[in-house]
Amino acid sequence: MLEVRNLTKRYGDIVAVRDVSFSAAQGQILGFLGPNGAGKTTTMRILTGFQPATSGTAKVAGFDVFTESAEVRRRIGYLPETPPLYADMATEPYLRFVARIKGMPKAAIEDAIERVVKLCGLTTVRDRLLGHLSKGFRQRVGLAQALIHDPPVLVLDEPTIGLDPRQIIEIRSLIRELAGQRTVILSTHILPEVSQICQKVVIINEGRVVLEEDMAALTRSGSLEEVFLRAIAKETVEESGVSSEEQG
Amino acid sequence: MRNVLTIAGRELKSYFVSPIAYVVLTGFLLLGGWFFFNLLARFNSILTYYSMQQNPQVLQRLNLNEFVIAPLLHNLSVVLVILVPVITMRSLAEEKKAGTYELLLTSPLRVSEIVLGKFLGSFVFVAIMVALTGVYPLILFAYGEPETGVVLGGYLGLLLMATSFVAIGLLASSFTENQIIAAVSGIVALLLLYIVNWPADNAGETIGALLRYLAITEHFAQMVKGVIDSKDLVYFATVIVLALFLTHRSVESVRWR
Repeated sequence: MLEVRNLTKRYGDIVAVRDVSFSAAQGQILGFLGPNGAGKTTTMRILTGFQPATSGTAKVAGFDVFTESAEVRRRIGYLPETPPLYADMATEPYLRFVARIKGMPKAAIEDAIERVVKLCGLTTVRDRLLGHLSKGFRQRVGLAQALIHDPPVLVLDEPTIGLDPRQIIEIRSLIRELAGQRTVILSTHILPEVSQICQKVVIINEGRVVLEEDMAALTRSGSLEEVFLRAIAKETVEESGVSSEEQG
Repeated sequence: MRNVLTIAGRELKSYFVSPIAYVVLTGFLLLGGWFFFNLLARFNSILTYYSMQQNPQVLQRLNLNEFVIAPLLHNLSVVLVILVPVITMRSLAEEKKAGTYELLLTSPLRVSEIVLGKFLGSFVFVAIMVALTGVYPLILFAYGEPETGVVLGGYLGLLLMATSFVAIGLLASSFTENQIIAAVSGIVALLLLYIVNWPADNAGETIGALLRYLAITEHFAQMVKGVIDSKDLVYFATVIVLALFLTHRSVESVRWR
């Protein structure tokens, strides 16, 4: 469903993502972990067609992210780190606008709005201005926006950040519900979240994938926290090795 | 086309839910009214003066087009230099700041659809602004006999000028996520375009002609006189298309970095 091969992204001299490869099967929830600045957001932006990679390829639902960008964008739902909301619009008109620019046929739009409003629990805020919504609701509208065109692939960049515990639990169960046939990529640095809802884990550190494994196999070799710390520590050791190699 | 209209519609609505639209419209009409009142008063006193002098030759040359409508249009165009970038400043800059830029660019939209939609939305707003000032010439038609063709030509000129301003303001907004920077750079660019012909008389013949050609005022002035020349229409079309093309490149450039 999703295949990333040797993705590299440079900004001038800074390498944000280097040689990243991983894949996710249909219906899988993939936890995308890593410390801040590890390259998670950059990778997600490449997958969603916001920015191109410097080199490497990525396929979403069988379409190449670079050469068939429009097809990919039609099939992907994306919740960036800050939900992309227009403060001056109310929930319903906003969702209608998103449905239109996602290229949905006119006849399907109203039903789709009903569906995501119910799914994301937005019934009480349908007519409220997005700028006046609480953080939890903003996040949910962001999720609704990503879901409106019923995409087979969902990319969620830290969907639970800044929420209170009750909201976190709600969003989590929502994501679990959503999965089903969909492939979900979920970036986060809340480890328990990953062990609760993900079937697969990819850990990225300093732009490199340091671990890609199924959740079931992972938990056999210790708790996710241990695995995470080990993966990151190992990377730092290898780092010095690689840089001397590059110099040589 | 559907996508262009969707974006334009959202843009236009967003003007009217914020106070900006009302402040700008009120300010523009207020200044327009003030210009109109004073120009009319001046025209009236000149008329009275020459009637007392009983100078029929001069009296014949006094007309509403030249003494009221033409200066009114010129004054309005100066106000547009400042107000249009204020209208267009949020267009793309705000999207970047709010993160909705990501929504637009990760939707199956073409960059050209985004740019044209944004342009169309602001254009309609500015066109409404310009059209509302039409009430002043209408008053003249009620009480006097201005030449219709000249008035229409002048208004076409004002609209084309405002449209060029919208395109340039949009370009300024595409460079930054800061609305103030977008507005200020837009105003500076428009002012330069407005007065780039100032050294024309002292510059050499070729450069002088070039500077005059570049100045938007020269083309506007022709239209205010009621002269509709394809040369001027081509100029406005070039400015608009060029600014939109550069905006397209600027929006697309996020994909190059």
